Amino acid sequence: MSGADRTPSDSADVCVIGAGPAGALCAHRLAERGHDVVILEAGPRFSFEDRPERMERAIRPGEDDRSVWDMGGERDAYASTGPRPYPLNRSRVKGVGGTSLHWQGMVMRLHEADFERQSRDGIATDWPLSYEDLQPYYAAAERAFGVAGAADNPFAPPREEPYPLPAFPPSYSDSLFAEACEELEITTHSVPNARNSEPYDGRSACVGYGTCKPVCASGAKYDASVHVRKAEAAGARVIDRAPVQRLETDGEGRVTRAVYATPDGEHSQEARRFVLSCGGVETPRLLLLSDSPDHPDGLANSSGLVGRYFTEHCFAGVGGRLDRLTRQKHVGFNTTESHQFYNAEGTNPIKLEFFNYAGPSPVEMALSGEEWGDDLLDSLQDAYGTHVTVGGLVGQLPRKENRVTLDRTRTDDHGNPVPDVRWSIGERTKKSIRRANRIQREILEELGADIEWTVGPANTGPAFHHMGTTRMGTDPASSVVNPELRTHDVENLHVASSSVFVTGGAMNPTLTIAALALKAADHVDAAL
Amino acid sequence: MELTRRDALAALAGGAVVGGGGAVAVGRNGETTNGARPTTDDGSSTTADAAFAAVREPLVAVAHVVYPDEITGIATFVETYALGRIEGRAEYRRGVEQAVAAMNDRAESWYGERFASLEPKTRDAVLREMGADTADPDPEGSTAERVRYYVVNELLYALYTSPTGGKLAGIENPQGHPGGHESYQHGPR
Repeated sequence: MSGADRTPSDSADVCVIGAGPAGALCAHRLAERGHDVVILEAGPRFSFEDRPERMERAIRPGEDDRSVWDMGGERDAYASTGPRPYPLNRSRVKGVGGTSLHWQGMVMRLHEADFERQSRDGIATDWPLSYEDLQPYYAAAERAFGVAGAADNPFAPPREEPYPLPAFPPSYSDSLFAEACEELEITTHSVPNARNSEPYDGRSACVGYGTCKPVCASGAKYDASVHVRKAEAAGARVIDRAPVQRLETDGEGRVTRAVYATPDGEHSQEARRFVLSCGGVETPRLLLLSDSPDHPDGLANSSGLVGRYFTEHCFAGVGGRLDRLTRQKHVGFNTTESHQFYNAEGTNPIKLEFFNYAGPSPVEMALSGEEWGDDLLDSLQDAYGTHVTVGGLVGQLPRKENRVTLDRTRTDDHGNPVPDVRWSIGERTKKSIRRANRIQREILEELGADIEWTVGPANTGPAFHHMGTTRMGTDPASSVVNPELRTHDVENLHVASSSVFVTGGAMNPTLTIAALALKAADHVDAAL
Repeated sequence: MELTRRDALAALAGGAVVGGGGAVAVGRNGETTNGARPTTDDGSSTTADAAFAAVREPLVAVAHVVYPDEITGIATFVETYALGRIEGRAEYRRGVEQAVAAMNDRAESWYGERFASLEPKTRDAVLREMGADTADPDPEGSTAERVRYYVVNELLYALYTSPTGGKLAGIENPQGHPGGHESYQHGPR
């Protein structure tokens, strides 16, 4: 299907809303099982052949006002009225492939403890699922992505099978960090990457363009357009540039149709079941936009929790320079981490990342400076080559006051209220960031680095992992979806998204999103 | 350090190039396709050559200013790269032509000669007097901003995404160059 025909299908079993990793995997699994699936995607279908141009746009200043993946403008208008500004459009992509088009591609399983924070630590809320419940789905998600990894992480949860691809070998700078970490008795290990260390699934091995985030020009990094194509090959239909405006219900507890806009006018897609896969911001927004006399506070919102508990990971980092070369920026991904500081009393999970891309990129510097010729070269040689960074993700406890609401004072290009993302962090999270900074500083000091900067509690920012806004649980009064990823209130409405996370740990969320999407597909399949 | 045609093709692989052979990039299967062809197989001019003639010399002249002194092989590198960028991209070509025309106008009105005929020191002065050193690159901006975008940054992008240019700065696999995933593992040599 080219996408040019944007009229609805006649007899869809399932309407999946959103063509990112969750929607793509869910749609593919359901289509493979013989169901008639339609995917509605708000953004466009991007051409693979345009990726070199997008890469150039990422490297060169002044290409134009659009982001690398064309985010921005009236379509993507938003508000951010919380204590900390939230740069929403830097954190997501609308289009076939979704935010995985610009993601970093780090894919870890949540730790067992992440599912049991209340039972183990007396904080937050337990998931209604255990690690064991998700384990087979994690394995399936790793096969889908083609994860390159190794079983060398002593802190990781148990595995049932090897990773599909061998891990990327450590970098030269990893070897410098390893020495320092050994002195400090910090255990380091490899990073599971959703990028090909060898050819896999018809895609090449990484060729080292070094611009993984925001764009992989070779396609070696997994993105969800892979499973959108597979879903289409299995019979699914994709309608792009079709933002869903609202879901309509029949007054008897079921969604009957998704009303969507297109460049050619408004249509509505009927289906037996609906799956929301629009991420942690647009999923609650669509539910809130779908209010009706039967659902005056928004669809599936009898708990009043749709949009609440918006949870992020905070970045913490320390950087500096050594008196020797560190060989950064050859690739755009990391190859060493440490999960040693994940579980500690009194603080949130911390994941340490040893950067392979610390410091400036010579070409980016050259294009934005005011020098040229020998002067420019001198500056580049001086600026590049000796940087080191220990970064990391720090988890935050879900906070009810962090939420996605509708800002009714401003509308998007279709006249709908825009999302307002209110985000803040609490004292425990700040304490955890300070702890991460202390460890990071110790490592750089052991290396003999001249420390130049710290990202701590005052200047931390979000890692662009939107979680928690339609949280999962067994009690309809305190959660939005049940453990089968179906909304408590609406019998044929399912959610496959990071929005169902109860807590977020400190692991990049996409592998868990994928595992949950595959689980959701199984439940939808069983219900059809 | 000598720039080669191979460097130019490598730099083309790191950008938005559509030529006779299609997009220049390392594709899904890891194969390089090359759309940049300065000449046809029999050595005759391509259709883009006519449009290219007006900008070739000025671009090479600017490269002699903005590239480090130790770089050699500039003419072949710039010609191969610039032709690959122009071919099949009418709007982009117009942008380059207009920026070059503005440089020539300025050079003639202030120094009485076309840009490429000036001494290197004077060429440098023309670019700075136009404000191309401090201007923000913008393809639709002021004259200085367009010269920065279409000429200065275009040439710097070509150099510093190529293996030879990257090596000069200290990185043999610079961003935008598909140099494989081995070099990051090696220590300094």
